[in-house]
Amino acid sequence: MSQDVNILSPCGMLGYGFPEESFRRGMEQQVHAVVVDAGSTDGGPHKLGAGVSIVSRRACKKDLEIILGACLPGKVPVIIGSAGGSGARPHVEWTLDIIEEILREKQMSAKIAVIWADFTQEAVLDALGQGKIVPMSPNIPQLTEQTIRETASIVGQMGHEPVLKALEAGSEIIVCGRAYDPSPFAAVGIFHGKDPGLSYHLGKILECGALCAEPATTKDCILGTIGDDYFTVRALNDRRACTPISVAAHTFYEKDHPYLLHGPGFLLDLENCRFTEQGPGIVRVSGSRYIPQDKTFIKLEGARLTAYRTFVIAGIRDPILLGKLEDVENAVIAQTKQYYPEIDEQDYRIRFYNYGMNAVLGEREFEPFRGHEVGVLFEVVAKTQELASSICATARSTFLHYGYEGRKSTAGNLAFPFAPSDIEFGPVYEFSIYHLMECRADGFPIEIRQGGVQDGEAG
Amino acid sequence: MAKLGDIAKVLRSKNSGPFEITLDCLFDNRESYERLKRSNAITRETIARLYQIRVDQVHQLVFYDQALGFKVTIAREVSSGSAGDRDVYGAQQHAPLMNLDVAMKEEGP
Repeated sequence: MSQDVNILSPCGMLGYGFPEESFRRGMEQQVHAVVVDAGSTDGGPHKLGAGVSIVSRRACKKDLEIILGACLPGKVPVIIGSAGGSGARPHVEWTLDIIEEILREKQMSAKIAVIWADFTQEAVLDALGQGKIVPMSPNIPQLTEQTIRETASIVGQMGHEPVLKALEAGSEIIVCGRAYDPSPFAAVGIFHGKDPGLSYHLGKILECGALCAEPATTKDCILGTIGDDYFTVRALNDRRACTPISVAAHTFYEKDHPYLLHGPGFLLDLENCRFTEQGPGIVRVSGSRYIPQDKTFIKLEGARLTAYRTFVIAGIRDPILLGKLEDVENAVIAQTKQYYPEIDEQDYRIRFYNYGMNAVLGEREFEPFRGHEVGVLFEVVAKTQELASSICATARSTFLHYGYEGRKSTAGNLAFPFAPSDIEFGPVYEFSIYHLMECRADGFPIEIRQGGVQDGEAG
Repeated sequence: MAKLGDIAKVLRSKNSGPFEITLDCLFDNRESYERLKRSNAITRETIARLYQIRVDQVHQLVFYDQALGFKVTIAREVSSGSAGDRDVYGAQQHAPLMNLDVAMKEEGP
């Protein structure tokens, strides 16, 4: 029997925040690593495409100050998964810059491992040529050379292997580029000789913070402990508790299948897991199976700039207009197009979202409209920002003054909340790559550096 | 008849990656879960009708007894955050499933 391994997850997303008291309670245990996920594709392709983060720099720094301040003096490794949100070079550098600032402010030094997850267009083209790339799901188009060349930012999700190497090198802070969310957690268990199935299953739970507890939240801490043939999870706040159902149910979260998880180089089978109560608020899990696959496929993510957007938000309260809103909107589109015969209609697109009516579900909306007020958001996406803004301005003025049949409010159709009414959004991206690529598990470069105050530097 | 949204403890939707939306329905007691499972109200055809998609666009439909719940994963028409998407996180696409009528009373032998 080897020693139990404790892993503390402060929150579901670095920069979401967590109660310091929960964190301190967790650190009272003998913690082997603090691991925090910073990534997600949920917010859409813009962050990867534009190289920006999902949380503010201020919030990320606030969380890291607490974590680094508590971990570095006691040599507890800190691992950040999918740094900066999307885990591409600008996101990793943004995170490193924050870490450097904290280390200097605290007059500390640390051995930092940086694991890069960027892939060049050439590497992906090469893999495509060798037939090593397949779409993630049937509704994703086959990858083409043109798509790859148009995709400026490409990352791959690392497994636990490079993180394990960084731990073996004695790193105090490990900053991962894009990672399979559970992998930075799993690496800790595997580093300490624990079963990879248990390590990965625990990682899948911990990466969301206290979302597996009741009441659930991503903004609180959770402690995982791996034994020889089981692991336990427990909340660190008296206001929440883990139950066998809450932990079992969490395996559903944000993935396509409730008990089969495909990771880089393995399949995790949770079908026959047992979830039992070990003590008040502590859930024991066993039976998680790690099944190695013949080939390692990593998930590639790439974002391509597709258009520029300008949009308007306006309210409509006139009952006559509300009775024929969609007809009027179609007429506005037609009139706007008529006004610009010299512009190819393929170069732009006008869309209306009628909040209060069917904006969220679109054609799937089953409730008839019964309201007295609608919020209209209309957008123009076009080849250039100038074109989007020009078309949007025409659509807006056309809509504002459109003389529909039976109109009584002849002074204007829209209540704008703001002046100016038209908002330039900037570039719009899409996930142009979301494919599996056959690849070596160690294809992620590790760079080790000394961060913070260097030897001999004046304090 | 009852609405699925009234008898479930959790009924939610969320992205499963940018190209799929996954719907989770969880119960707080085994009896309701078992009845729902036995009622055969949840089929790929039902999901396709509620979401106005083809049956082959329903990528997964799986019951998981340990968690007292089932999961349905469907194809997105527009990938998350692309122009034309209505719900970047896919977090408000559960309403059609909530509105499903299910027969929870069982005939005696």
